[in-house]
Formats: sequence, structure tokens, C-alpha cells
Amino acid sequence: MKQNGILKDIAQALLQGLWFVFLLFPLLVMKVSVVGGVASVTFRWNNIPLVFVAAVGGSLLWRWALRWNEQKGARDPENSLGVRIQNGVSAFLKQNRLARVVLPLFFIGALLAYPLISGMYHTNVMISALIYVMLALGLNIVVGLGGLLNLGYAAFFAVGAYTYGLLWKHTGPWLAQVGIDPSWLFWISLPLAGFVALLFGVLLSLPVLRLRGDYLAIITLAFGEIFRMVLQNSGDITGGATGISLIPRPWFFGIQLTPHMAAIYIYYITLSLVVFTIFVVRRIENSRVGRALEAMREDEIACEAMGIDLVKNKLITFALGAFWAGVAGVLLAAQTTYINPDSFTLWESIMVLMAVVIGGTGSIPGVIAGTLVLKLLPEYFRALAQYRMLLYGVAMIIVILFKSDGLIPRRRTEYRLEQEGSTSPEGHL
Amino acid sequence: MIPMKEDTILQIEGLSMVFGGLRAIDNVDLYIKRGEICALIGPNGAGKTTIFNCITGVYKPTEGTIAIRNRDGTPEYIHGLKPHVINKKGLARTFQNIRLFSNMTVLENVMIGRHNSLTAGVFRSIFRDAATRQEEERVIEESYQILRKLNLHEFVNERACNLPYGAQRRLEIARALATDPFLLLLDEPVAGMNPQETKELEETIHLIREEGHLTILLIEHDMSLVMNVSERIYVLDYGRLIAEGSPGEIKSNPEVIKAYLGEA
Repeated sequence: MKQNGILKDIAQALLQGLWFVFLLFPLLVMKVSVVGGVASVTFRWNNIPLVFVAAVGGSLLWRWALRWNEQKGARDPENSLGVRIQNGVSAFLKQNRLARVVLPLFFIGALLAYPLISGMYHTNVMISALIYVMLALGLNIVVGLGGLLNLGYAAFFAVGAYTYGLLWKHTGPWLAQVGIDPSWLFWISLPLAGFVALLFGVLLSLPVLRLRGDYLAIITLAFGEIFRMVLQNSGDITGGATGISLIPRPWFFGIQLTPHMAAIYIYYITLSLVVFTIFVVRRIENSRVGRALEAMREDEIACEAMGIDLVKNKLITFALGAFWAGVAGVLLAAQTTYINPDSFTLWESIMVLMAVVIGGTGSIPGVIAGTLVLKLLPEYFRALAQYRMLLYGVAMIIVILFKSDGLIPRRRTEYRLEQEGSTSPEGHL
Repeated sequence: MIPMKEDTILQIEGLSMVFGGLRAIDNVDLYIKRGEICALIGPNGAGKTTIFNCITGVYKPTEGTIAIRNRDGTPEYIHGLKPHVINKKGLARTFQNIRLFSNMTVLENVMIGRHNSLTAGVFRSIFRDAATRQEEERVIEESYQILRKLNLHEFVNERACNLPYGAQRRLEIARALATDPFLLLLDEPVAGMNPQETKELEETIHLIREEGHLTILLIEHDMSLVMNVSERIYVLDYGRLIAEGSPGEIKSNPEVIKAYLGEA
């Protein structure tokens, strides 16, 4: 029986090899060159066996991986590697007191020392990664908890960046003339951008309250693109396609910093805001509000039947998600000192969504890990830059097929209940 | 003032529900008395679940009125209200095709049922002040007690989707009870259960009625449960009410036999 299966696999792999040879024939075998207006075709026949072998090999590998996945039951969330690592780490920390003190201290120390020991380039790379962590944590509220697929998330990011950019553009020069240090606009913008984005989140969610799944995805996608178009075409206000340049980096108590010092400063600001985001998101996740959002993700009809107002719930979801994108937008504007509509394309939304899915939908450590992998690896493997999209695609397919819960799946809060009486929730992470 | 008898807790009059050309429910009158266990039976496709959906606000009825008697004794129309509003008024339901929050734990499922007995909003959830912490502890304890009542306490931290089938059905009831209803609507509570489990659930239904001063309306195909548990039965066929009475009367009603077995 098993022998039969392997033979069938090999036969199908061979067929697929032939099919690939046929498909790729015009691309890899035929080569048209035009010399002096005359086209000539050269046939590179020796590419055929290469394509064939690669396709057969790939097909066999793929089949083997699928089999292996089925047998291992890797989809069982309790049994996945990520959960086992998490459990192992928490068990180790519980037993080893020294490690419980030293490891977090080392981790915190490394995060704090990072911009001081690495150069400006690496600091800036890390800042962008942290900004994306914040974006992903925000989107995680919408997609991971609320289960609402939002493909226009970059629009809220843009709202944040433009709040700071426009505030500076329209009041900054005047302030400088009067003799007031304009850099405090940054500090005003941080909360302001969050709330403006929140307002946009609520505005967007009003027309999409009845939608779900694919329809919601399409509408939010359209919203994101419309928003970018508006930014691009209302040049008088937003600066149009050329955007806004020379946005000031934050000053350090009235002292203008060198670009390097400013990068270090922004790094610390971003890091503390990320920590703040994690804190807030975790609090929400383990609360009445978070439970209601999750119930909505699981089953809207049952959720309503339990007395939960879906309209209110969706407004909360979009507003909370948009808030963090707004704050992250201010950081982006301050870091790059230049924003234009091209920084907020659909691609940005998809990047963040991909980070959430690859990392582990709904899981805070997962989302952070996913973002860092997706943002940092490309920076350190510049040589492979032209295959970036290809690798993202492959990573996505592999994660969805083999680890649909992501790298570090969400662990549910466990409650330890004694017989009769005292209760104590045992937190996770 | 809504004309309603003193002991009536749910009053449906002239209810019709039309889907396109199909009259799924046709001019149905239903009166449920306070504290009784009443069954709604009928062949497949008779419109039983549609009536439930009309009562709980999933559908807006095409014609007719649905009124309840609130806890304070005042009657009130509820047709056309949204499902979550109707739930808040004290009507809770279970679903025929189990609709649990399957990736959440058993305890969390019940905690969601207690949503409206809590008050923490976004800001209080973030700041988690003393009142919010107490509230959370209280809801955990209350939910645990409900799970005990339905004999589910061994599964507290289990994901709902990993539960055995019978336990999932019981969890649906636990979740509905958590919303503190005065009227409980059970849609085929023992579908797919074995006779032993059915027997146990029968006792549970009696128990929750006594303890919670509940009124129960249930849809069921399992005749042994219907006959043992219910005090009054309504029979529905092709969207019309064809009979009403005690289990004994229904058993011998020729109309009902015809509807179930077809014409001889």
C-alpha cells in the first residue's frame, strides 16, 4: 500500500516535471535577441534537463513535506514547536531563580545598549523595525482579536505621519519666525496623531459595519488606496506627490541633535512606545473588552446572542487598531524627516498583515517575532534583495500550510481554580 | 398597553416570516406561561428554528407581534429589536448547529456570557483599577459555578473545540445561562447525544429550571425527551400550528400523527 503511494508520487512528480518544462519553455529555453532590427531565436536546449530535474525534485520534496506534516499532527496547536519552546522557557524560568533575574536584565540591557554600540545605520534599521512592530501590534487587535481583515491599514499610518508633517508644515516656519522652538510639535503630534487616526478608524468602520471577510478586505483596500490618492492629488494642503520634506527630528530639551544622536534619541522613544503598546494590548487582550472582540472573531451570530453589541465592538476594534498606526506614523515622519504618499501604499498594509500572520495571529510575542523577521532579515541579506518578494511568498505559503498558527501561536490564559472558592488567573507570556 | 395575560411571559401573535416566495411561518400564535417547560416540535423544515430566530432578533418578522413580560412585570414588544438588546432583556438561546467560540477556553466561553453583568470599558480595562480586578475575579468565580452546575468544571481551561460532542452541547447551555435569562430557548439540546447523555440532560433541564426560576422553550426531535420533560407542546407543520396540548394529548392527536407519518 505504502509502496504504491510512493510510486504514485514519483509518477506525478515526473508528470509535473514535464508540465514545468512545457510552461517554462518560452522563458528559459527560447531566447529572442534583436540585432539591427532582425530578430533571431536561440534555443538553449541544455536548460531543459535542469528545469525538469528541479521541478521533479521540488515536487517530491513538497509531497514529502505534506506527508510529514500530516503524520506529525503539527497543526495541533498544543503540540507545535512554538508552544513547546514557550512552555520550556517558562518552565525553565520557574525552576531557575538566577535565570529569572539575569535573563530579563540581559535582554533589557541589550535593547538599551543597542544604539550605543551599533552604528547609525543599524540604529535606523532597528527603528524602522520597531515602528513596524507597533503597526503590527495595532493591526493584531483588528485582525488577531477582532477577526476583521483590514487591508487599508497603511492609511492610518499615513494619517499619523501627515498629522505631524502638516502640523509642522503649516505652523513650524511661523513658530520659528516668532522664535519658538518648533520641535515640541513632535510631542504634541504623538497623542494627537493617535486620536486623529482613531477618528479615521471610526469613520471608516461606519460604512463597513455590516461587512465581513472578503467584502471587508476589499472595502478597506479601496479605502487605503483612495486615501493615498487624496493625499497625492490635494497638493495645496498635503504637498501632493512630492510630499513634505525637512520635517524636524525631535530636539532633546531645546538642543538640536546631530542626525546620529537624533537617531539614538528616536530609538529610545520608539522603544518605550513599543513597550507601552505591548502593555496596553496585553491588558486589553485579557479583559472584558478583549474577550468580546475575540468572541466576535469566533462567531458573530453567537456573539450577538450573548448580548454583545457588534456595532460598538467593531468601532472599538477599528479605533484601537488605528490609534497605534497613527502614533507609529509620527515616528516614521520624525525618523525619515520626509514623507510622501508613496510611503503608504497597499504594499505597506500587506507587509504588516504578513508579519501578523507569519508571527502568529493574535499572539503578541508572535507578532513581534514575525515583524522582526520580516523587517530585519532583508536588511542583513541585501544580496538576495531581488528575490525578496519570492522569499516572502514562499515563507507565507510554508507558514500557512505547515504552521497555520504562526511562528509563536497564541497561548490562552489559564485559570487555576481551587475547589470551592479562591481564584487566581495565571498569566501567560 | 399591550394586552397580555398575567401569567404569560412570552406572547407571539399572528407571526409570519416570508423569505422570497416561501412562507416559512404562517400566522402563528404562541403563549408561554411563566415557569413552564414548553416544547416546539414538528417535522424537518416546519419552521421551528425560524420562530426562534424571530424571537431572538436574528430575523425581523414579516408580520405579527412578539411581546415579553419583563422582570418588573411590564409587558413589552421585542420584535424588530437587535439580538443583543433582546438578550439583555433576559432571553437567551442555544444553537442547533453548535456555535461555540471554539478557539477560546470553556471558561472564557461562559465569561463572554457574563459580558453584560460587567461594566469595564476600554479605559478601565487598560488601567485595571481595583474595581475592575474585583469584577474579573467575580466573573471567573461565577462562570466556574455555572460550569459546575452543568458538570463541565473538569474542562475549564480546555479549548471549546476539543470538547466531546455532548459536553459542547452542555457548554452552549452554560453560556446561555451565564447571561442571566428568565426565558431560555433551547434549539435541539440533545441532538446527537446518546440515551445516557440525554437522560442526564433531562435532569439538568429540570434542575436549571428549579434553581434559576426559568421558563424554558425547547425545540427537539428526540420524543423521549420531549415527552418526559415538557409540560405543554406546540406542534408546527409547514409553518402552521397544527396542535397544542399536554404530551398525552399530542401523542393521540390525529393531525400530529398525520404530519409525522404521512396520510395512510
